[in-house]
Amino acid sequence: MKRITGLLLVVLAVAGVLWADATLSINGAGATFPNPIYSKWFDEYHKKFSTIQINYQSQGSGAGIKQVTEGTVDFGASDGPMNDEQLKAFQDKHGFGILHFPTVLGADVPAYNIPGVDAALNFTPDALAGIFLGKITKWNDPAIADANKGVKLPAEDIVVVHRADGSGTTYCWTDYLSKVSDEWKTKVGKGTSVNWPVGLGGKGNEGVTGTVKNTPNSIGYVELIYAESNKIPYGNVKNAAGAFVKASLATVSAAAAGAAKDMPDDFRVSITNAPGKASYPISTFTWLLIPEKIPDAAKRDALKGFVKWALADGQGYAESLLYAKLPKEVVAKELKAIDKIQ
Amino acid sequence: MATTTTTVPGAGPISGSRSFLSKLREGDEIARLFTFLFAASVVLLTVLLVYELWIGSSLPRHKFGFNFFRTSVWDPIFDQFGALPFIYGTTATAVVSLVIAVPLGIGAAIFLAELAPARLSDTLEFFIDLLAAVPSVIYGLLGVFIVIPLMRDYIQPALKKSLGFLPLFQGPTYGFGILTAGMVLAIMVIPYIISVSREVLLSVPRDQREAALSLGATRWESTWKVVVPFARGGIMGAIFLALARALGETIAVAMVIGNQPIIRASLFSSGYSIAAIIANELTEAVSNLHYQSLIELGLVLFLLTFILNGLARLLIVATSQRGAGMGNA
Repeated sequence: MKRITGLLLVVLAVAGVLWADATLSINGAGATFPNPIYSKWFDEYHKKFSTIQINYQSQGSGAGIKQVTEGTVDFGASDGPMNDEQLKAFQDKHGFGILHFPTVLGADVPAYNIPGVDAALNFTPDALAGIFLGKITKWNDPAIADANKGVKLPAEDIVVVHRADGSGTTYCWTDYLSKVSDEWKTKVGKGTSVNWPVGLGGKGNEGVTGTVKNTPNSIGYVELIYAESNKIPYGNVKNAAGAFVKASLATVSAAAAGAAKDMPDDFRVSITNAPGKASYPISTFTWLLIPEKIPDAAKRDALKGFVKWALADGQGYAESLLYAKLPKEVVAKELKAIDKIQ
Repeated sequence: MATTTTTVPGAGPISGSRSFLSKLREGDEIARLFTFLFAASVVLLTVLLVYELWIGSSLPRHKFGFNFFRTSVWDPIFDQFGALPFIYGTTATAVVSLVIAVPLGIGAAIFLAELAPARLSDTLEFFIDLLAAVPSVIYGLLGVFIVIPLMRDYIQPALKKSLGFLPLFQGPTYGFGILTAGMVLAIMVIPYIISVSREVLLSVPRDQREAALSLGATRWESTWKVVVPFARGGIMGAIFLALARALGETIAVAMVIGNQPIIRASLFSSGYSIAAIIANELTEAVSNLHYQSLIELGLVLFLLTFILNGLARLLIVATSQRGAGMGNA
């Protein structure tokens, strides 16, 4: 009996050593929005290279930035780019910088529940800012009605719904409102959590979706995927070129293409209110945050290899999961930037 | 049958245990040491918790000082943080829940312990224990899909119609808000109150009832004037347990309270509780001040629990002494 136990222990120990030798595990944490596609990517990549195991905790963009700065994970992920203060904090702590790599794109849509109205409403930037500032309080307000001739809007109070938890979705939405409304910019500002002038807070995209579905005469913002999969009506938004555009993978990619021409070298760019007639104005990249220096050579090569794969083959998985693909120009630029990781 | 399954706190084992322990004289000191250590660990944990919260919230404590408790703006972009709406929301929902749950819970416990047949009482107790074990997110879903539409379409309009002259029941009725959160909390804490109160009532010695009955009291009089006052301490314990659960409940409240840091007189208004905002914002709190302000809110919740527990104890002691005095007279 004792002998068998001993043998078993030896076998286990050997297996353990071999296993540890064979798999390289890389840890990341961050944004929840790209989690479905990241999970798919890490899974597919593991199937391709069985020795590389990438673990991802979708705790939120803020947590991703915090953890990668503290060095508790190998890479972070965020729906909003790190600001200068955060970049400096990283630099101060580690002595080198951190790089942003856009992976896919998403969009926020204004979703609403107005009994008796099934049409896709048109929203001007002024109408959206006015509603979320609490200045436009009735659905038949001229600011909304003028853009929707032929739709009979009720004289009911608008119930505004926003995210209660901090989120990249909120960052994108408030970033857009800050660009189109000076009053929003000075009174509320942009961020993952803001001080909302009005409205009920729902927890998560599903919380906002549920609240809108549940509350007559309400409007909220959710990610395109959630509006699509829950089949709630969402409106067209007037873009910088003056056209009312419905959010779709094509119009989101168009917004990215518009921004791709003058993409800064660090990829920290906001594509809300992007130029171009076909651009959907409330779109955003989502980023991987990777330190400039990774001392462990095996880890470094594995991570670089993964990013290259995600930018090439990985993009093929995007549309089936309702994310928009990166424009070619951005991919080309990123492939060059990967070499900065040392 | 019911009496065999009940525990009798602090009454039974003492007389028997002394002789048992004296046989194990040597074991006495060891047992004492170990049990002392276990008891001390509770104190240690509490101290550690407060210490961590205190250290973790140094930025906002220095920046805002006492204003943290007095201001009601919560703005992560412009770095303004005030705890007042959250203190209000937490307190108001807990109070609403107790106002609903205490009479219901104690009434049900009296029925189960004193009036119902033992078989029915035990069967119902099984369901009550089951309810107490349901995860709170399920109660949150119940709130979203059942309580909110009910409140919006029926209860709130009815309250507005009948009691609308009170500021408590005015304003638009969305279904979300303090009243709904209190209602969901009440549903959650009622099983605790029933379960604990029933056990306590069942443990009241039989002689107490018999003595009252032999003096000519009716069954209800013996229950209300003798058994319930006898079990007062235990029932108080049940209420504290319910209060603690109501104050700290996070996810179910976050799902129905509306998550708006405002203070309004109306119970129909949305609000925000401390536990809910910590759960909502901690993962995405990017700036240090925001993060530490949330930790300070944790400290505030700790203090609030402490104060409300103290107040509840005072209130119950005051009212029950008056009750006892009237009973004697």
